[in-house]
This record gives sequence, C-alpha cells and structure tokens, in this order.
Amino acid sequence: MTLQSQDYLERSATNALRPPPQARDAQLEVAKLIDVSICIGCKACQVACSGWNDTREEVGFNHGKLDNPLNLTPKTWTVMRYNEIEENGKLQWLIRKDGCMHCSEPGCLKACPSPGAIVKHANGIVDFVSENCIGCGYCIAGCPFDVPRLNEKDKRVYKCTLCVDRVSVGQEPACVKTCPTGAIRFGTKEDMKKLAEDRVEELKSRGFQNAGLYDPEGVGGTHVMYVLHHADRPELYSGLPKDPKISPLVGFWKGIFKPLVAAGFAATFAAAALHYMAVGPVKPEDHEEEEKA
Amino acid sequence: MTNHWVDIKNANLVLVMGGNAAEAHPVGFRWAIDAKINNKAKILVVDPRFTRSAAVADEHVRLRPGTDIAFLSGVLNYLITNDKYQKEYVREYTNASFIVRSDFDFADGMFSGWDDAKKQYNRSSWNYEFDEDGYARRDPTLTHPRCVFNLLKKHVSRYTPDVVSNICGTPEVDFLKACEMIAETAAPDKTMTSLYALGWTEHTVGAQNIRTMAMIQLMLGNIGMPGGGINALRGHTNVQGLTDVGVMATALPGYLALPHERFATLGAYLEGNTPKTTGRGQVNYWSNYPKFFISLLKSFYGNKATPENEYGYHWLPKWDKMYDTMQFMDMMENSEVNGFIVQGYNVVACMPNKNKSIRALSNLKFLVVIDPLSCETANFWQNHGEFNDVDPASIQTEVFNLPSSCFAEEEGSITNSGRWVQWHWQGAEPPGEGKTDSAVIAEIMMKVRELYEKEGGAGAESFLNMRWDYSQPKHPASDEIAKEINGRALADLTDANGNVVVKKGQLFSSFAQLRDDGSTECGMWIYAGCWTEAGNQMARRDNADPSGLGNHLGWSWAWPLNRRILYNRASLDPSGKPWDPKREIISWQGNKWGGFDVPDFTAAAPGSGVNPFIMQPEGVGRLFAIDKMAEGPFPEHYEPMESPIGTNPLHPDVVTSPTVRVFANDSNFGTSDQYPYVATTYRLTEHFHTLTKSARLNAITQPEAFAEISETLAEKIGVQSGDIVKVTSIRGYVKVKAAVTKRVKALQVNGQTVEVVGLPIHWGFKGAARKTYLTNVLTPSVGDSNTQTPEFKAFLVNIEKA
Amino acid sequence: MSTKEQVVTRHSFPVRVAHWLVVLSFLLLAISGLGLFFPSLNWMTSVLGSPQLAQFLHPVFGVVMVLGMVILFFGNVAHAFPEKGDGQWMMHMVDVLKGHEHEVAEVGQYNAGQKMLFWTIIGLLAILLVTGIIVWQPYFAPFFAVSIVRLCLFLHSLCAVLLIMAIFMHAYMGFWYKGTLRGMVYGTVTRSWAKLHHPRWLRQLEGKKK
Repeated sequence: MTLQSQDYLERSATNALRPPPQARDAQLEVAKLIDVSICIGCKACQVACSGWNDTREEVGFNHGKLDNPLNLTPKTWTVMRYNEIEENGKLQWLIRKDGCMHCSEPGCLKACPSPGAIVKHANGIVDFVSENCIGCGYCIAGCPFDVPRLNEKDKRVYKCTLCVDRVSVGQEPACVKTCPTGAIRFGTKEDMKKLAEDRVEELKSRGFQNAGLYDPEGVGGTHVMYVLHHADRPELYSGLPKDPKISPLVGFWKGIFKPLVAAGFAATFAAAALHYMAVGPVKPEDHEEEEKA
Repeated sequence: MTNHWVDIKNANLVLVMGGNAAEAHPVGFRWAIDAKINNKAKILVVDPRFTRSAAVADEHVRLRPGTDIAFLSGVLNYLITNDKYQKEYVREYTNASFIVRSDFDFADGMFSGWDDAKKQYNRSSWNYEFDEDGYARRDPTLTHPRCVFNLLKKHVSRYTPDVVSNICGTPEVDFLKACEMIAETAAPDKTMTSLYALGWTEHTVGAQNIRTMAMIQLMLGNIGMPGGGINALRGHTNVQGLTDVGVMATALPGYLALPHERFATLGAYLEGNTPKTTGRGQVNYWSNYPKFFISLLKSFYGNKATPENEYGYHWLPKWDKMYDTMQFMDMMENSEVNGFIVQGYNVVACMPNKNKSIRALSNLKFLVVIDPLSCETANFWQNHGEFNDVDPASIQTEVFNLPSSCFAEEEGSITNSGRWVQWHWQGAEPPGEGKTDSAVIAEIMMKVRELYEKEGGAGAESFLNMRWDYSQPKHPASDEIAKEINGRALADLTDANGNVVVKKGQLFSSFAQLRDDGSTECGMWIYAGCWTEAGNQMARRDNADPSGLGNHLGWSWAWPLNRRILYNRASLDPSGKPWDPKREIISWQGNKWGGFDVPDFTAAAPGSGVNPFIMQPEGVGRLFAIDKMAEGPFPEHYEPMESPIGTNPLHPDVVTSPTVRVFANDSNFGTSDQYPYVATTYRLTEHFHTLTKSARLNAITQPEAFAEISETLAEKIGVQSGDIVKVTSIRGYVKVKAAVTKRVKALQVNGQTVEVVGLPIHWGFKGAARKTYLTNVLTPSVGDSNTQTPEFKAFLVNIEKA
Repeated sequence: MSTKEQVVTRHSFPVRVAHWLVVLSFLLLAISGLGLFFPSLNWMTSVLGSPQLAQFLHPVFGVVMVLGMVILFFGNVAHAFPEKGDGQWMMHMVDVLKGHEHEVAEVGQYNAGQKMLFWTIIGLLAILLVTGIIVWQPYFAPFFAVSIVRLCLFLHSLCAVLLIMAIFMHAYMGFWYKGTLRGMVYGTVTRSWAKLHHPRWLRQLEGKKK
C-alpha cells in the first residue's frame, strides 16, 4: 500500500456513483475551538502556522492598525483581525483568528472542477491537494468565508490545512500547540462543543447574555468553531458572516444545472439527428433537375 | 515577583497596571486566563491605552501616563476611609503601629530634611522612635497621632476621588469602580495579584509607583498569600538572573552592596551594611550579611582571600558616584571615557535620547559590542539617511563586534520572573564565529590578565588575585559556574556540638551553612542550594502539584531555598491559622513549619511574636519606607519631567520629583506650549525589544513603526490611519505611520484636554523589518532617583502630518 | 446533362481564415470548457495539454475566438440586419425545416435564421468575453468581488452552453444544406446552390456583374 489516506468522504469533481476511497472512516470528527473571549491577539498562531508550514510572507508595511499581514494570502493561512467596538460608552476590542472553517459542506469543494483537488477527510478536515489544483479559483467563489487564496507564482490555491499532517499522526495543529492562553483548543468536535458550553456559561455569568458557539448550520457546521461573547452578532468580529451558506447560485451551477445542460445537449443532438433522418439532405442538384423538369 | 507565574491562577482579582501582561508576557498570561476561567477571577486593567490585556479584562480604567501614584494613593485613601483593609494583618504584619519620629514632616510636596545645596534629603527624620533598647516604639491600637497608620491616613487623605480624577484624567466613576474591585480583596479569603512591569519602572518616580502598590497589597493582606503579591514581570528571559547576580553599578551578587569609598575597611563596610534588629524578638535575617559577603570574597579571590588582607576587600572597586549607564553615556558625551564594552545590549536603540547616545559613542576610542546580531549599536557610525544621519568620516571610534550566542546555543540557567532558576541545555552550536558570552568574556579576561602580568598597572591586583580555576580558563563551563555560585565548604563545618554538618569540599544545600570566618565560599548566597551534593536542582522537572495551588516544588529550583512564595508565613495569622483555609500553603507541624512551600520563616512557633517579614530588621512590612527611598518614606505624586499641565495640582511649587537626577547636558525639557501631547513608549507582542526585527517571522507580523493616536487627535491634525506623521520632541523627531484608534482617548486633566501618543519601540535602521528611526530619538535622558531607570513612559511631543 | 459547374464567390479569403480560426478555437474552448463544467468529462481538459494548461489556455483561446469573431462580425454585419422577406421566412419556419425554403422565401445574402444566429453568437460571445475576463485567474478575478465572480462563473457556463448549442445548429445547417461547406473552404459555391438557398443574393451578384 502506498501512502494514502483512504478516508476521503468527499473528493472534488468526483462522481458520487464512484465515490473516493473511504474505507477508513471509523474516525471521530475533530474540531478547533477558538475562544475569542480569552484571545489576546498575540499572533503566535500566525507565526506558528508559517513556521510549521514553511510559508514566509513578504515583509510588508503598517496599514495604520495592528493587523498584519492585512489579509489572508497564499502564504498566510491565518490572520488575526482586530475590531474596535464602542457600545454604551464601553469599548471592546474584538480579536478574531481568521482562516479556513473546514465546513461540513464545503463550498470550495462543491465549486472545484478538478478531480481530487479538494478533499474532505473522515475527521472533517477539508484539504487542498495542490498537485491537482488547476488554479481556476472556483473554490474562492465557492467559499462563503472568503478564505482560499491563489498563489500568483504557481497558480494554485492555498488555505489552512488544519495541519492535516500533524493531526493525522495524533498531534494538534501548530496554532493550537502554540497558543499561550489556551484560546485555541483542539479535540473531537463533540468534546469541543462540550468545552464551548462551559465557556459560554462562564461568559454568561460575566454578563455576556448573548454568548454562544459559532458552528453555523448553513454549511452543515464547521470544524473550526468560535466561542463568541456576541454570538447574536458575529459580524462584529471583523465580518464573520451571520448565516453563511453556499451561495444558491453556486449550488444551482454545480447542482441541478449540470443534468439540465446534459439533457439540453442531448435534446439538441437528437433533434438534429431526427431532423436529418426525417427530412434528409437538401442538395442543389436535386432542385436543378426539378426546375428543368 | 514575590509569588510566581503559576500562582497567578489563585488570584480573585488580577490587576494589570504599570504593565501590559497580555502584550508583553503572553505565555505567562495564561495563568491570568486560568484564574479567570477556573477561579472566577476578574481582570482589572489600569492603563492609558486600551491594551491587549484590556481586551480580555472585565474592566479597563484609563489614566494619564505618569500619574500612577496619584491613582494608587487614591486607592489607599479609599481603603482607609471605607474601612476596607485587612485589619489584623495590617496591625500585626505591617509597620502601621510603629511610631515615627516627631521631626518627620511633610508639607507642600516636600518631606522633612531637604538639603537644597545637595538637592537631596537628609533622611534621618524618616525613621521610627526607638526605645532605650534600640527597638522601635509601637502603638498596636493605632491611635497614636504619629503612628505610621495615622500619618499614612493623613498623607493620602488629599487623594480624594475628585483630586485623583483631576490629576489622572480618570473619570471619577471609573476610579471608584476600580477601588471597589480592589477593596473586595481586603477580605482574608480574597486576594489580588498585582502584575506590573516597565510601565511603572520607567518613570522618574518608578520605584515609588511600585511601592504604592506594595503598600496597597499590605493593607489588603495580600503579601505572602497564594494568589497575591507584588509581581514584577521581567522583560527579558533572564533579567531576574541579571538582577540577582548584581550586574549593576553599585551592586554585588545576591543584593549585596558594592562598597562605597566611605567604607575604608571591611569592618566599616560590614558595620554599615549589616542592619541592627529594630523589632523586639525579630529575626532580622540580614544580620547574617557578613557571612554572605565574606563567602563571596572567598569565592572571588580563593586562597588569596585571607583574614589578614580582609579577604581581599581592598581589591574590590569602591564607588564615589553611581556609574550606571546613564552616568556613562553622559561621561562619554563629555569625552571622559575611552572605551566601552557593551554585552547583549543595544545601547543606541535602548537608551533615551538616541542623538545623545550617538554623540557619546562617537567620542570613544573604542567600542566593543558583544551581540549575536549586528545591531544599531555596533553600526552607530553608519549613515542610514535620515534614520541615522551621521558622518562616518568624523567618527573615530574603533568598533569591535564580537559575535555571541543566543540562549539556545548554550547550556545554563535562566531565572524567570518568579525566581525559578531553570536549567536549559544547548540546542545548537552558535553560527559562524559566535561564542558563548562566558567564553568571550573569559578570553578578554585572560588577555587583560596577561597584559597586567607583563606590564602591571592600576587595578592589577584585582585581576591577578581573582580566582580563575576553571578547567578551561578560556571557556568556563556553565556547570562549573553554577557550582561556584552555589558555594562549597572550604573546611569541615561543625555545629555547636562539634558534629560535622558539611564536609570540606561539599556543595552547600542552604545559605544557612555559610560562615564569616573564611571557611566557606559562595558566589551568590541567595542561590545556595541550586546545585547540591544531590545534583543540579535547577534541572529538576517534576510537575507534581500536591496542593493544587500550582506550587510545583519539584520543578526546577527557586531562590531562596526553593521557596515559591516569599513571606509565606504571612498567609497565616499570628496563631498559625491560615487567613484562608483554601490557601494553606504552609502549616505548623508540631515542632517545625512545613507544607506545600518552603517556609519563609525560622522555627519560631505560632504565637511566638516573631513576625513574617524576616528580611526586615523590624520584622514587618513597611507602609512607611523609613530611609530607603530617595523621594520620601511615603509616595507622593510628582509630575513627569515633561508635564502636559506644567504644574502639580497638589503643590504647584513642587511640580516634579525634587530628587530626580538630571545631567547638565540633559536639562533642557520640552514644555506643553511647544509639545502639547503626552507620549508613552511601549512594546508589542509581535516583537522582543529590538532583537526580533532581525527575524523574518516577527518582521512579517509587525513590519513597520507606527504611532497610536486617538480619533480626536487625528481629526485635529488632519490625518487618517496609514498616513505618515512626524512626531517631534525637544530632542528630535521620527516619522512613522499613524494608527488611529479608539483604544487611545483624550483625557480631561486639570481643566484641559490631554491627548496621548503611543509609540512602540521595536524598529530601527538594521534588521529584516522596514528601516526607520529609533523611537528613542524622542525620549528624555532622565532617571528615577532610586533606580536611575529613564522616563520612557511619559514625555512631551508634538505630532503633525508629514 | 452535365456541363462544367458554374460557381460564384461567397466568402473572401480573410473571412474564411477568420471562420476556421473561430472554429478551431471554439472546438478547443468547448471541449476544455465542458471538461471543466462536467467533472466526469474532466479528461477533455487534456485537449489543451493538461488540466492546469487548460486553465491557462482556455481564456487565451477565448480571446482568439473573439478576435476571429470580430473579423467575421465586420465581414458580415452589413448583411445581418432584418430585411423585407425575413418575416415571410420566419412565418414559414416549419416549411423551411422541411426543406422547402426556396418555395416559401426568396433569401438574400443570409436568411433570417442565419441572421438570428449571427446576433445570438455575437451576443453570447460578448457576455462570455466580459464574464470570462471577470473570472480570469489570476489576472483579473482578484479585482472583483466574490459575489460578482460567482455570478459571472454561472453566466459564463450558461452562455457557453447556449453558444455550443447555437454553433452546433449552425454546423448542422451547413451539413444539412449540401454544398455549403465548400463556400467556407474554397470561398465559392455552385450557382445552383446559390440559386436554391440565396436566389436574391445571386441575382444581385449577377446583376452587378452586368
């Protein structure tokens, strides 16, 4: 047996009639839980991510705020986003670690036209298999969280792998390992949800009545979840979408539209064939004689 | 730290003031988070800016940079007037009941004893009244008008909430909220931990800032308690170790004093430095000073140190004035210095008034920079355009850049803020020609000694008599040095009954084994026990926690004597009962003290009247500092040297600290008419001082210098986030990006609006990040009168769109 | 009887070259595009070398096709506007499909169906061009909002499908009307073909000659 996962629940652009190898599916779903209420925005996760994954962003500029790099890039798979909110005279600095959410129903995978360029493992990790990536950027359009980034140099798209290489040998992702305050935790999704319950309860006891877990149903839940003090308004956290789902347009395009098109083509070809058989060719010489006759 | 990192988890209130623990100590801050999650603790942040610590705090309270004493004195006033202090603790364990001399006085900002010619105090009146036996008089009823408690009450009574608000710019309601939160920990079963750092130190009144908080903690009964304490979060991995070994102008290892020139003999020196017991029946552990000092001399000079030559006392340098870095920079500026050795210190970037630093270094004949990186200091002579506008041709300083190693490239110990002395092992060889610092220093030492041997010269004896018996003289090994620091017996040591307790040559397990007769040697008494006959205690890695209080006695080793919480006897009442049963860290076990920590006490039984603060000759914590502080025995609010209000609302005739040390070259301070904004410098999580700008990963996360300003100031000067602004002080200017933020706000101070400009310090003209100015172009060269620490945290600037 | 067949010129050389350029690029585009559209037909992307190359070359051929189409457009647009008689042709569409075109309408240069197809192809190609540019990675797409890119990806595939159908129809007609293909190859058609399918055009042509 060569080195292979055999645990792909889904594989991009692969017909469900012949699903990908998934015999090794006796795995618990994993999840990363990011507790923004105890995150100090130190960026250790950003650095650990680059360190483990051997990615190095260019040294940039200051943009008049702490955020840097300013956004996700092909080499920056996670960034801290800082948002200052002032409500009722009280200032809150909401800091969120942004990156791939590893959706249960990944929009990227749905949109991807290249077989096996995006896979979903049995433990829930959504990963890009870059040698299969063709650089079309459909995944970028498919993602409800604006996460995948195309690398200009090799024309392939990159994002957080949830350190699939570490997780598959029983280690936690690099960002989790490095987080100094324990704001990023990793375990089975079930355990993380339980942990989140405790955290939400504690936050409520401190007066955050709307504290809650962000595990959006619109994408079937995610394998990166947040504990938010204002779960009723996720958009406060630098634009975390309130109700993310795969765009209906993408759903239609990658869904029912395909059989419709196939049927349309079949009908067109059939019509032509039937027409030809019924009417036969129109030849000028036939008509020349007809005229003469 | 009186306590230690893990112990923060036991707090009920984590006060972050005079520091930004989350930002500067993100790893240790996990224990503050632990307290929050598992101990339902609250986090209170008092800071001019809404910091990363504030982001996870329950409350953030703003104050003007440089007004911490006013704020904290207001807290003291609140505690006293609202009866929110731990009365038994205060009565028994502090000097509240001690009666102060009748000639002590405080009026209009000045304490008694001012000597206007010397510009310092004669501190003799700042003391207790002593009885005929030489013990301080007390009034346990706290009714005597001159007992410390009543003097303190009177002293802080001026700091009413409205006065505090007027000076600090803190809204009264916020101030009172903070007071309430702090006051809750006056309950015996509640503690507050105070986490501070350079936000308190780097002021002309830095030491007094910290003292004021120490007084609050004494009032609340939080010293000696798990989850309490006054906790300095040290800024470098091993700066606690540096402080312990006394790499300072007037210090020797283990907080012993480098002799002043007025002590002509060893006897005079020991007489002058060994305190007399001033509390009846108290321990006064410093009475052992001669044992520590003579053991140190034996360690320095070995066999050459004999009773006849006063153990080599005369080979020690004696000081006439304090030759700290500030003094040296000034002397260099005045061309009074030939050579300067800088080790692991980016002087040009880190000292105030960078232009002064450049002038100073330019006047040297030679400069030796021992550093793992090519830093600004080693390259101060290079022209980097407006970032470092010097003329290399006119600088004749010869610079030697000796590459050293980073911590992971050597074996040794690192002492953390919590006094844990942790051994670490070498992970890699230093690159290129890099050598460990000890090897570099040793080679210089050997060469200098060789020259002294050949040529003689001033100070030759100090060098030639120095003991240097390492197996590789040019590269002393870390374990050799550690054992030297720990100390060993030079003869069989016997107890009173004549039994041998330590054999000749054996390593000590306690500084109690030291003698003052030359039969012991010890490089630093407080570290005695770090490497015993049982092996390297610092290398222990047992994280068992039998108490659940995080007192991991089997993990590495903490000075003194592996003790984790200092003054831990104060966690129990005089009868030995814990103030809080959940925090019973030590207990009386029939005939001795024991428990989950190493008791900070003698064998005195409960109820013996022996008080817990055994390092003080009176045995109690000091609310009244007697003669130990330069500015006065009580803290008083003095404005920063550059004050935005130009006056002191408490006493307009005494605006700034009277005892502050200012050199003639530096006496030109900015005023608010030209420089209307208060600037404060600080560090960011993304960087470590000026080191990590050379590391690509750190440079990526914060690539470029910036200034944080409020939205109102931005509007006033017409800039938006990302614009370039020119920040000017009377000493120079920098041009940086503007970061407009809600986290910085204008304050209402003494009837005027005061804007704050925040300036991180991490960038310079070397390294992987964007090349720029050094922030310390702007800062004033003026020091705290106790510690000489420069006033980096409050000075005046102007800011305009560039 | 068989005399030497008389021929008339129908398409100029530049138009023929442009046409076949369009045909070639269309085939490559359609095959690779279908490969991208239908996962199961992903192998068809190999028509351009590899899936990765297909991603790169597909838009390049798109531009080629548009350029060819520009020539065809200007070569034919003058004859693509509605004329008298087109209505007649449209009303007798069923007869046309039965092969009785010459009986129901006197067609000029182009019949109404051809004209409609012309404008359909031009219209679809214009949309394909615009949407294709917007989704073109990595050169243009990053400048547009994801929601715009999403919409364009869908429109692009929709228009491509319609274009394939339209061009298939066009090709089928050429196949059904025997003698049409040579006009696009040699440039000439037989007089009898012209008289049958485009009598008015033939008349005008011959009238001019006289």
